[in-house]
Amino acid sequence: MLTYLLKRLITAIPTLIAISMVIFAILALAPGNPLGDLAANPAITAEVRENIRRSLGLDQPLPVRYVKWSLAFLTGNMGYSLTSRAPVSELIWQRLPVTLGILGVAYGISLSLAFPLGIFSALRRHSWLDRLISTVAFAGFSLPTFFTGLLFILLFSVRLGWFPFIYSSTLSWSDWSDLGAIVRQSILPIGVLVMFQTAVLLRFIRAAVLEELPQGYVQTARAKGLPHPRVVGVHILRNALMPVVTLVALDIPTLFTGSLVTEQVFRVPGIGSLLIDSIYRGDTPVVMAIAFIYAILVVIFNLVADILYGVIDPRVRYAD
Amino acid sequence: MTESAPLNAAVGLASTGSAPAMRRLWRDRTGALALVVLAAIVLMVWVGPLIYPVSPSEISFDRALLPPSSAHPFGTNDLGQDQLARILSGGRISLAVGVTAMAIAITLGLLVGSLAGFYGGWIDGGLMRLTDLFLSLPQLPLVLLVIYLFGEPVRRALGPEQGVFVLVVSVIGGLNWMSVARLVRAGFLSLKYRNFVQAAVALGASPWELMRDHLLPNVVGPVTVAATLAVGNAILAESTLSFLGLGFSPDVPTWGRMLFDAQNYMEAAPHVVIFPGLAIFLTVLSINTLGDTLRDVLDPQGK
Repeated sequence: MLTYLLKRLITAIPTLIAISMVIFAILALAPGNPLGDLAANPAITAEVRENIRRSLGLDQPLPVRYVKWSLAFLTGNMGYSLTSRAPVSELIWQRLPVTLGILGVAYGISLSLAFPLGIFSALRRHSWLDRLISTVAFAGFSLPTFFTGLLFILLFSVRLGWFPFIYSSTLSWSDWSDLGAIVRQSILPIGVLVMFQTAVLLRFIRAAVLEELPQGYVQTARAKGLPHPRVVGVHILRNALMPVVTLVALDIPTLFTGSLVTEQVFRVPGIGSLLIDSIYRGDTPVVMAIAFIYAILVVIFNLVADILYGVIDPRVRYAD
Repeated sequence: MTESAPLNAAVGLASTGSAPAMRRLWRDRTGALALVVLAAIVLMVWVGPLIYPVSPSEISFDRALLPPSSAHPFGTNDLGQDQLARILSGGRISLAVGVTAMAIAITLGLLVGSLAGFYGGWIDGGLMRLTDLFLSLPQLPLVLLVIYLFGEPVRRALGPEQGVFVLVVSVIGGLNWMSVARLVRAGFLSLKYRNFVQAAVALGASPWELMRDHLLPNVVGPVTVAATLAVGNAILAESTLSFLGLGFSPDVPTWGRMLFDAQNYMEAAPHVVIFPGLAIFLTVLSINTLGDTLRDVLDPQGK
């Protein structure tokens, strides 16, 4: 298992390097000026601009710039925001926990809903309950997250007044009275993500269980007289998990798309809304860093999926 | 093609005869319904502006944020513009983006997939690594980055509307070809050592003839399904961009842009949110349903 783990870790590194090159190439190829508003400001003379360019290292050849940028990124130096003058890493560290917290809680809830519902739906195939669950799931994953978010706000905040519809970032975790408010304001954004993710997961799980049901080993287990919960929970589930993990891994980039949009709808102060705000303000260093942070997150989550794969399926561990 | 029919069933690929597939699609109730709804949406967006000749851009503040009425079936927005007219004209762009982005994605996917599947070896290895790399890119943040960096220059070069269109379509298409490439490659790999292909090789068919006459026709089924779903994905992606305020400009009322503009008026006028949102939802839902039904219809083993 340890060698498998190490191998996976090592193969993730070239992916990260390649992605960082893609992101850097996009910036380097962009015809615009990385200095943004600074370049368009008429109060700055050409000479000063040239000096700024040199001080930022923009006069050096591309490969040199790439190596310097990636080395600096590795040591946690992501440059400074053009608008707030704060280090980019500081801005990102402030906001990353919020993004991961909301995403993590939502994914946990989605998993705990999708597994029982998906398995139930597959076992009772063609029953009216299966049809209902499948239809709702199908609609759920065709419903764009931004529209769900707006509908939730309309229904639960405007009409019913149950939850606040703008996320307040001034509340602190250490204060007991604020804790309730934090939970309350997190419910809607988490709800939106849960709805979408549950729909996606449920479809994967249902399809995977349906694949396994007619297999010979299931009939054998039943013929041996094993109790039904054991056949479903141990035999079928373990085999059905493999395709589910594969599909989930392929779907990881969508996960972050959903979280970015949801943060923007509810003004959750995570890295997604920071990215959008920085784009509006033309803050290139922050935009670059966050795009790369998302790439790192996708690679890490893919790695987790790979490791899970090894845990579930011993053949994967021993094959390579 | 008589020889390849049983083979197709054996590989799980679709037959190229589109007439029986079409008939089977009609017989499926959900599939037929999805097709009808989708056709209705396309028709409305296409000829709607002729039948409903209200200007989508005329501003009049004395009729701002009116609820739906007989004069304005979908109400008006904060500038007093007619929402139905805007949905109809915006739909043209949303659908055009969906179809064009799909065409780009399918072309790229066919190219990469057939090269990898046909030639194998290091070409296959390299192209599949590239596919894996693209699959692990963070899609939306990357699209946002490209639009942020390239938006202004492209807009200046090609005009505000065409510029954004070209940019949005190529970015969305350029990030969605991977599943098609994998499908085509897998199809080619399972086909290329079969007797009918080997016979064609022995008869001296050129690589291009092999692909055109023997390999590509046999992957039409799965590619059709992927193409259908790709239109839905592209429409969603464009709506997301516009909803974030980073797609088309305010005078081009795509459905996502209408939702972006509507956010601030939700309390006073919920209809400004509901109608454009429903338009996106219905379109994507019917496209996804159609894709799902096509998958069942075109894959004889799926039943």
